[in-house]
Amino acid sequence: MNLAVRDIRHNFSRFAFTTVGIGLLLMVVMGMAGIYRGLIFEATLLVDRIGADLWVVQGNTRGPFAELSRIPVNLEDRVRALPEVIRARRFVNHSIQREHHGKPLRLMVQGLAWPDDKGEWVSLVAGRPLGQAHFEMVADRSLGLALGEQVTFGKDVYRVVGLTTGMSGIAGDGLAFFTVSDAMAIQFDTPSEAIRLERAARLARTGNQDFGRAQPLLLERAGGASSGISELPQPQVSAILVSLNPSADVNKIISTLSTWSDVTVYTAQQQRDLLLSGTVDKSRRQLGLFSVLLIIISTIIIALIMYTLTLDKIHDIALLKLIGARNRVIVSLILQQALIMGAFGYGLAWWLGQYLFPYFPRRVMLETPDLIKLAMITVLISMLASLLGIWKAMRVEPNTVLA
Amino acid sequence: MEGNASRAEHGIGLMDTAMEQVPAIEAIGVTKVYGHGQTEVIALNDVTLRVARGEVVALLGPSGAGKSTLLTAMALINPPTSGQIIIGGELVMDGEDAKIDLRTFRRKHLGFVFQKANLIPFLTALENVQVALEINDTPAHAARERAMYLLDHLGIGDRAGNLPDALSGGQQQRVAVARALANNPSLILADEPTAALDSHRGRQVMELFAQVAHESNAGVIVVTHDVRALEVFDRIVEMEDGRLLAPSEHTGAGTH
Ligand SMILES: Nc1ncnc2c1ncn2[C@@H]1O[C@H](COP(=O)(O)OP(=O)(O)O)[C@@H](O)[C@H]1O
Ligand SMILES: [Mg+2]
Repeated sequence: MNLAVRDIRHNFSRFAFTTVGIGLLLMVVMGMAGIYRGLIFEATLLVDRIGADLWVVQGNTRGPFAELSRIPVNLEDRVRALPEVIRARRFVNHSIQREHHGKPLRLMVQGLAWPDDKGEWVSLVAGRPLGQAHFEMVADRSLGLALGEQVTFGKDVYRVVGLTTGMSGIAGDGLAFFTVSDAMAIQFDTPSEAIRLERAARLARTGNQDFGRAQPLLLERAGGASSGISELPQPQVSAILVSLNPSADVNKIISTLSTWSDVTVYTAQQQRDLLLSGTVDKSRRQLGLFSVLLIIISTIIIALIMYTLTLDKIHDIALLKLIGARNRVIVSLILQQALIMGAFGYGLAWWLGQYLFPYFPRRVMLETPDLIKLAMITVLISMLASLLGIWKAMRVEPNTVLA
Repeated sequence: MEGNASRAEHGIGLMDTAMEQVPAIEAIGVTKVYGHGQTEVIALNDVTLRVARGEVVALLGPSGAGKSTLLTAMALINPPTSGQIIIGGELVMDGEDAKIDLRTFRRKHLGFVFQKANLIPFLTALENVQVALEINDTPAHAARERAMYLLDHLGIGDRAGNLPDALSGGQQQRVAVARALANNPSLILADEPTAALDSHRGRQVMELFAQVAHESNAGVIVVTHDVRALEVFDRIVEMEDGRLLAPSEHTGAGTH
């Protein structure tokens, strides 16, 4: 006969309420682990999917995710000239926040080196990939944009031609894919007035100098677009993505690139590690600490309820001792109740999570190893929590039945 | 009176055979002192009592006489300050020292009934009896059958599935009796078991003890105030101020 279950049935509402409470706490713990996995997933999504073997970034930086990295676009051609390099792409990636229909729209702009990179690695759920060099975008569903919708960034209007799902950046913002040149245009968008003033200032400076006055063509250039002035610095990108021949000796190419003093090179794995050790590590510790706190709180709650449930039936426990029950019977009564409470709490946490986690603003990924780990922790804290009640039960004298 | 006479004869017959047997229990020179100094109470003062197997003994006495103390000492849940308790020929308590594992011993050899039924509230009547059998290693199925048999025997088989809350005081007490009898104990100790019952029910319970004692050859000691049911007992022992009164000092069952 199972005494634990019979007592629970008798004290059902109290037991149920406590179990619900434990379940909610465990759900939050489960969610923490899931958020952590989600963070890693989101942080490394781009690096994993974009399929570059090497990342060439600004010299002595850990860019482009950990810090700012700026390299000239023509580096693309220098890299492409290396043997065994089958592909070099510009990497442009930045977050912007704009108004759209009166609501803030945060998105991560990801440039695709169109037409070389048409975004085959981005799986679409609707629409089509980018089909022209300008004014089209592929947006993640989480941004809430519809197929065919027009969005204004800077001075241009972009049309949503394709939709993805589950594509988000390090900060959890949905990704939007543009051609690299559009992405750069969005990044470096300057108000027209600022451009006009800059051109006027250039014109004035040049006009004040002899060579400006001597060469009307120069003066004309100075008042035009900056791209027409060869002396001005070229536009810059965050990194160059390098794809190698599968049979290539990666180390050899890395050592070649290392001799270029203006760049630093990382493998995809190094880039991944940089991402995780930088951005994600603090969040991991934060989430870990919260989880530990919540687990401690859960333990205390289970311990208190087990203690009061034990106190409530201390007379019955004394009676069991009086009629000769072994300690094993009494210990297992309390222990089983704690374990049942833990198990049901865990089940409830999992079940609720299935419904609630999808509504969390950041991705929550429940992974089997995490679920198993939490299940073992739950068993452990249930056992720990029953100790107080067991201790109390062991101390009661059988003759207290008579009192 | 005829009934009493035949009961007495029957009792004498049993006593004869009991004499040759090992007594169900012997308390020898048992003293119990509660507290010290100013608050010291001598609850038992050199009490010696033997109860034979198959013998049903009533323990009478005013409140505070030490009846409960004697019973709990014999029940191995309240160790005496000094003296010995021998159950079934085995020395169990020597002063405060337990000579064996008391809980195991209680489980196998003793049955108790208290003033209150003390049923476990979350178990049904049947389960309250069954649990006593199961903790003594009776397989669940057999335990269930025996528990049901006992409840039927006590006339509450139809209430087997009820929780204690749903039972009357008398029904609860009968479940407690069934629990005490479950493991065929060699010694049954009852402390005012009929206090909560009306006299008819009380008498039924007393008769049941007598019946079990005679049928299964167990010693029975019942503390009672109920002088109306005394004729079911083989012997009456009276206590006062922690001492047993000499047999001549008390009046026999027959005169009640
Ligand atoms: N736990 C205890 N602590 C101190 N004194 C006690 C205790 N139990 C009983 N007594 C005292 O011992 C005496 C005998 O008590 P008890 O055995 O309960 O008598 P009875 O059952 O005959 O009424 C009483 O004077 C009582 O006050
Ligand atoms: Mg008493």
